[in-house]
Amino acid sequence: MKLLDLNQVEISHSLAHQGLRFRIGPFSVSLHSTFSSVSDRIGFFYRDFLTVDDDQFIDFHIHIKKPDNLRHWIRPQSVFSFDGFVPFKPLPANQAFPIFEWGLNWCIATTAHQLLIIHAAVVEKNNHAIIMPGNPGAGKSTLCAALVCRGWRLLSDEMALITPNDLKIIPIPRPIGLKNESIGIMGNFGEKHEIGPSVMDTSKGTVAHMRPPTESVKQANTGVYPGTILFPTYSAGSGVELEEVGKAIALARMTEQSFNSHILGVEGIKVMERVVSRSSVFNLKYSNLDTAIARIDELIR
Amino acid sequence: MPEAPMTLTCLLTETLRNPALANRYSATEWDLLIRQARSARLLGYLAQSFLEQNGKQVNVPDYARYHLESAQWSVKRQNEALDWEFKLLKQVFRDDAIPIIALKGGAYVLADLPISRGRLFHDIDIMVPREAIEKVETRLQAHGWKTTHNNAYDQRYYRQWMHELPPMTHRERETVLDIHHSILPLTARIHPDAGKLIENATPDPENRGILWFAPEDMVLHSMTHLFHDGELENGLRDLVDIESLLSHFGKEEAFWSRLCERALILQLTRPLFYGLQYARLILGTHVPQETIETVAPWGPGRMVRKLMDLLFTEALLPAHHSCHSRTTGTARWLLFVRAHYLRMPLRLLLPHLIHKALIKDLDKEEELSNKFKQIFADQEKE
Repeated sequence: MKLLDLNQVEISHSLAHQGLRFRIGPFSVSLHSTFSSVSDRIGFFYRDFLTVDDDQFIDFHIHIKKPDNLRHWIRPQSVFSFDGFVPFKPLPANQAFPIFEWGLNWCIATTAHQLLIIHAAVVEKNNHAIIMPGNPGAGKSTLCAALVCRGWRLLSDEMALITPNDLKIIPIPRPIGLKNESIGIMGNFGEKHEIGPSVMDTSKGTVAHMRPPTESVKQANTGVYPGTILFPTYSAGSGVELEEVGKAIALARMTEQSFNSHILGVEGIKVMERVVSRSSVFNLKYSNLDTAIARIDELIR
Repeated sequence: MPEAPMTLTCLLTETLRNPALANRYSATEWDLLIRQARSARLLGYLAQSFLEQNGKQVNVPDYARYHLESAQWSVKRQNEALDWEFKLLKQVFRDDAIPIIALKGGAYVLADLPISRGRLFHDIDIMVPREAIEKVETRLQAHGWKTTHNNAYDQRYYRQWMHELPPMTHRERETVLDIHHSILPLTARIHPDAGKLIENATPDPENRGILWFAPEDMVLHSMTHLFHDGELENGLRDLVDIESLLSHFGKEEAFWSRLCERALILQLTRPLFYGLQYARLILGTHVPQETIETVAPWGPGRMVRKLMDLLFTEALLPAHHSCHSRTTGTARWLLFVRAHYLRMPLRLLLPHLIHKALIKDLDKEEELSNKFKQIFADQEKE
């Protein structure tokens, strides 16, 4: 069963009571929340995701709740907790859905060390995966969203999950996070995609999410091997420039972007080295999304 | 083996007592087990006992195995980092003849005890002779360590009453270091002689320049920490330490009589009684009959013992909401008060607890601290 088989009332009821249980990539989540914004957006963004039966194991028991104090009368807040543990300070209540997305990132990055986790978007076409590690502001999410609008499969917009043994990238398609200008840019870019309401004044500025394509969610069980690593940089007014990157530099930059190389240590670096050595690595400078995509399409031909 | 009281229905403690039970667990029981173990900071220990080669032969389903393997990675990296910190500490004191004793988790890692392969901890604890404490502090400051708790009240609390300095942190690595000169506060009712602990310490066979307590002292320290310190959120984890140390060292028959002798010498007979009592009661630890008989008179009277059994079996459950009954909070609170009562005479304890309850607003801290200084100054005159 998928979440879209439940109506909005059923989703709200599950969230408020026994917990809404669904599968996100390789993980199962049980989510509790009484915020209507959470229930609306879960129903919207996660409609194609599979539910998890009551008798199954859950990886992350998550609550997004109102704080247990009188503040909700004055300035309402939302608190993220992972099975009773609260890793961050409360945020304003209008960020209740984004805090779920950020909190889930935190759960994965701090507890899933059976995988090598890299801060990167991953897309795939013709069985060729492109890993795009990104410093904030490099335009990785925008480029990822644009590629996905043009038919690439979304594996993740935020984290590459790599199995240490066979180097397969495990898909975890989720809503794509967009910030500030990219919200407007993506709004004008395609037709098929759908962007949810914007949330203003977060620590990242204005944020909105784009629904992951149904087709990508359907293929969430099919992993892909790394093919290309691309370090994107958005540079206003520039043409498309593709420049090959040396393997040693690529390895250093990938390590910088890893969420858990400090835990996996030498073993993690060795896995990363194998990923880098089997991939072609480029810097990509771009300003126009269509020409950038045309250039990336050429890469896999 | 003593029967556990009826309140003990927690899946994690049952599994720790009898790991083979896990072979019949459903997915939802594994779900609860992993959650309780994570909350109790025992995921690494569970991983060690289920997954290691000479482990308990439990068939772990993949969905649970991932969480256990992940915890093993964290433990492995932590232990490497700890080894490195101790190498750096040895450098700091290379020109001094000060014995530096690793305590608790750090000692377990350096001594390569089985418990270290599954244990997660936050800080590094060391002990040094009290007369060397100033020199130790100065040396550490010169090597990038800075003191914390900079307000006057806390500094005084640590330096005048406690058995440790305010924690130090390293400026770059952010490691937290607790420096003890005894194993109980100066104000506590019992005074184990720190000199005797240091004299008896085991030197590092790998010559990293650090020592650790002899096996009996290590066990007694662990018990003293748990039953006289009041921090029971990680209580079950600490009890698991005790169980693991006892089953490791206890393989040697002579260990048990040495343990009782040392408890007498160090005035730690009561913590020994409690440690053995609750390790047996909650985790089913094997203790020789002779030892049980030796320590029996070292416990409290019958009524107090019954009360303590009730309180500790409740308070030592994992800090997970599935193990909380309506009385868990009260049990922990009562034991917290008891531990503080053991740490400090009432004339110091009451003002301290009041101070801690009031100090939520940092602006008021200095002002209140001055007021309390006056109260304490008056008391000391008496």
